[in-house]
Amino acid sequence: MSIFSTRFLAASALALMAAAPLHAKTFVYCSEGSPEGFDPAPYTAGTTFDASGHPIYNRLVQFKAGTTEIEPGLAETWDVSEDGLTYTFHLRKGVKFHSNDKFTPSRDFNADDVIFSFNRQADAKDPWHTYISGITYEYYSSMEMDKLIKSIEKVDDNTVKFTLNHPEAPFLANIAMPFVSILSKEYADTLEKAGTKEDLNNAPIGTGPFKFVAYQKDAVIRYQKNADYWGEAPKIDDLVFAITPDASVRLQKLKAGECHLMPFPAPADLADIKADPNLKVDEQAGLNVGYLAYNTTVAPFDKPEVRRALNMAMDKKALLEAVYQGSGEVAKNPIPPTMWSYNNAIEDDKYDPEAAKKMLEDAGVKDLSMEIWAMPVQRPYMPNARRAAEVIQSDFAKAGVKVEIVSYEWGEYLKKSMEEGRKGAVILGWTGDNGDPDNFLSVLLSCAAAQPGGANRAFWCNEEFSALLAKAKASSNHEERVKLYEEAQVIFKDQAPWATLAHSTQYVPMAKNVTGFVQSPLGDYTFETVDLAE
Amino acid sequence: MLRFILSKLLYLIPTMLGITLVAFGFIRMLPGDPVLLMAGERGVSPERYAEISAQLGYDKPLWQQYFTYLGDLLQGDLGNSIVTKKPVLAEFLALFPATVELAVVAIIIATLIGVPVGVVAAIKRGSWFDQISMTGALIGFSMPIFWWGLLLIIFFSGILQWTPVSGRISLMYFFPPVTGFMLIDSLISGQKGAFSSALSHLILPSIVLATIPLAVIARQTRSAMLEVMGEDYVRTAKAKGLSARRVIGVHALRNAMIPVITTIGLQIGVLMAGAILTETIFSWPGIGKWMIDSISRRDYPVVQSGLLLIAGIVMIVNLLVDLTYGLINPRIRHK
Repeated sequence: MSIFSTRFLAASALALMAAAPLHAKTFVYCSEGSPEGFDPAPYTAGTTFDASGHPIYNRLVQFKAGTTEIEPGLAETWDVSEDGLTYTFHLRKGVKFHSNDKFTPSRDFNADDVIFSFNRQADAKDPWHTYISGITYEYYSSMEMDKLIKSIEKVDDNTVKFTLNHPEAPFLANIAMPFVSILSKEYADTLEKAGTKEDLNNAPIGTGPFKFVAYQKDAVIRYQKNADYWGEAPKIDDLVFAITPDASVRLQKLKAGECHLMPFPAPADLADIKADPNLKVDEQAGLNVGYLAYNTTVAPFDKPEVRRALNMAMDKKALLEAVYQGSGEVAKNPIPPTMWSYNNAIEDDKYDPEAAKKMLEDAGVKDLSMEIWAMPVQRPYMPNARRAAEVIQSDFAKAGVKVEIVSYEWGEYLKKSMEEGRKGAVILGWTGDNGDPDNFLSVLLSCAAAQPGGANRAFWCNEEFSALLAKAKASSNHEERVKLYEEAQVIFKDQAPWATLAHSTQYVPMAKNVTGFVQSPLGDYTFETVDLAE
Repeated sequence: MLRFILSKLLYLIPTMLGITLVAFGFIRMLPGDPVLLMAGERGVSPERYAEISAQLGYDKPLWQQYFTYLGDLLQGDLGNSIVTKKPVLAEFLALFPATVELAVVAIIIATLIGVPVGVVAAIKRGSWFDQISMTGALIGFSMPIFWWGLLLIIFFSGILQWTPVSGRISLMYFFPPVTGFMLIDSLISGQKGAFSSALSHLILPSIVLATIPLAVIARQTRSAMLEVMGEDYVRTAKAKGLSARRVIGVHALRNAMIPVITTIGLQIGVLMAGAILTETIFSWPGIGKWMIDSISRRDYPVVQSGLLLIAGIVMIVNLLVDLTYGLINPRIRHK
């Protein structure tokens, strides 16, 4: 109860402080869900990062708006040692942290803040490692930052040196992700003294374009423009997230002018949205892939020619229409076309059920019957897995293959689909975290990921393919990496551990007068560049 | 009277204990587990899985977990959410007023409309009013709430633009929560137009939430009235030459109200269930939506403690309903 009352008082105080009338330019975003908290490190949901990491905080480096290119963030420049093991970051000077009613920063951002932000996740002995009970740092461990970073040293107030255990090209992309946002060490110390450590998560202080004002659980989050922002200051004065979980209701709110922009429209509503004269829709290829993973360790799917034959039996254009309602493109590679190193020279399997049938016969496969697993949830990469499975079922029937469609509860689905000796092929997909091809290929297709707890649901372990990935990961030469990944995609296509289904398009409906919104290929929603035309 | 209340309260203890067991078992019987759901498509290594499970105490045998939970409960600790890491009680208290506000307005609407409709339908049995209202009640009772809510939004908020689409108050108004009840807080805030904004946001969700209880109450009132109207004392009252108004208002209605009040009391449980869908459609930040989110994420502490809190409140409301019988019918006044 005591925790509650202090929280409640804190929330009221914050609210009182900001109870001033709204400014002229208030931008309302109808967000799809509630953030889990406002410290980006312990959480994994994109919804949380949209509400915390992006508006409130910055990272050492960041993704250039609308791209997956890395640009300077709180680090102005950095040097990489020749062996790729040491990264020295030169920090931006004069960056101010936000303030609230309990905290006013006495100094600018410096190296201590960087070390604090990493160590609290890395070091189990750090007093901030378990500042909330039950807290874990899932991203930090699943991106293997704990295995990668050997040490972080403060060279001086404005220089930090990271030493790695092994060279890793995606390192910069990793530290551009929200989970390693830079928090204020001084704020943490203040909270520790006051005995209100959990406010690090409830009343966040960052350096980002927007200051946190108040959060009313499951209803509204309010932010105010950070007038002291080191980058280009936001054009809007107030940013409000109106939490609206249902897609149809979000659209009604957008139409009624109760918000300016919404994520994740229902695919069925798109035609209606495009026809509305007061709305416009921004569309962009998503950084994702939907796939069907065969179990390459179980006969007859252990034979590449069987898998290729099945891929040829699949009418992917029809599937795109039926499942994605045309909003996307057919996938031929495991990585999306907007990602660097995408191998466009590769030709997709031609849809030819007769040839597929013959190939299966040649491989000695007769009267094949198999399971196809349909995931029970909707994801941007797979809007309707049940329908996708049905389309594949009828396609395979034409090649003489009998399909039984199965499904499980989502948690079970994720677990059972990684069980050794699993029967059948699994529909699943992936959305990129950081724009690096390694984040698709290693996570989903490497030998290491075929182990228990990995995400290689084809259990496909091709030494040659994995060696190329390892080489690319350790190389800091971009041209070389491009070549290696292109080569890897050729092996993938030849071995066909998956049927690659589609890359879906992201649609962002907004009011006509919204300007400057830049869609992120990573699916983040950020508002420092938006404006409202008069 | 006091003894009656005390004995009823004593009954609460074994019931609550039973609920902890049911809630604890129920959420764990569902397939899927919170750690896997948190990891998602990426997966989690067996070592990491074991580590997190141990941290959350889920590596222990179930009976041990249950007794740990009971022990914490006795010390007033309802646990922390696995997802938000925040205390369950704090989350409940932040969200509960919104649900109460919605439920109270809904039950008032359901009663104020349902009882008169039922009475008139009974008196004019077989008339067009009776037929239309009872058909309406049947439709209302079988209405799919999600569809009904969306229909009202599209018509009243979309096409006619009479009401706001969703939320509790216009975003223009911003004041600290004092009671958590938006109608009261908006008055306290003194901001011009805040109260009417809060009220206009309540209209559609409370109508949607009231729909099923309204239908049930109308039908129950009608059948209770019909039964009472056939009783000897009503015939006697009529024979005495009392006015129809007096016969119905004093002799019939008062007696018919007992089963009706039972029904209204039972609707509290129905309202809690209806709140789940209503709150989701209208983005209403209450405990219904909180529960459904927590179930789908297998957030064990929130589900087990949340259900316990809700069940406790429903039981206390039912106890209060029991007590009101005495006000209406002196024969069941508890001594």
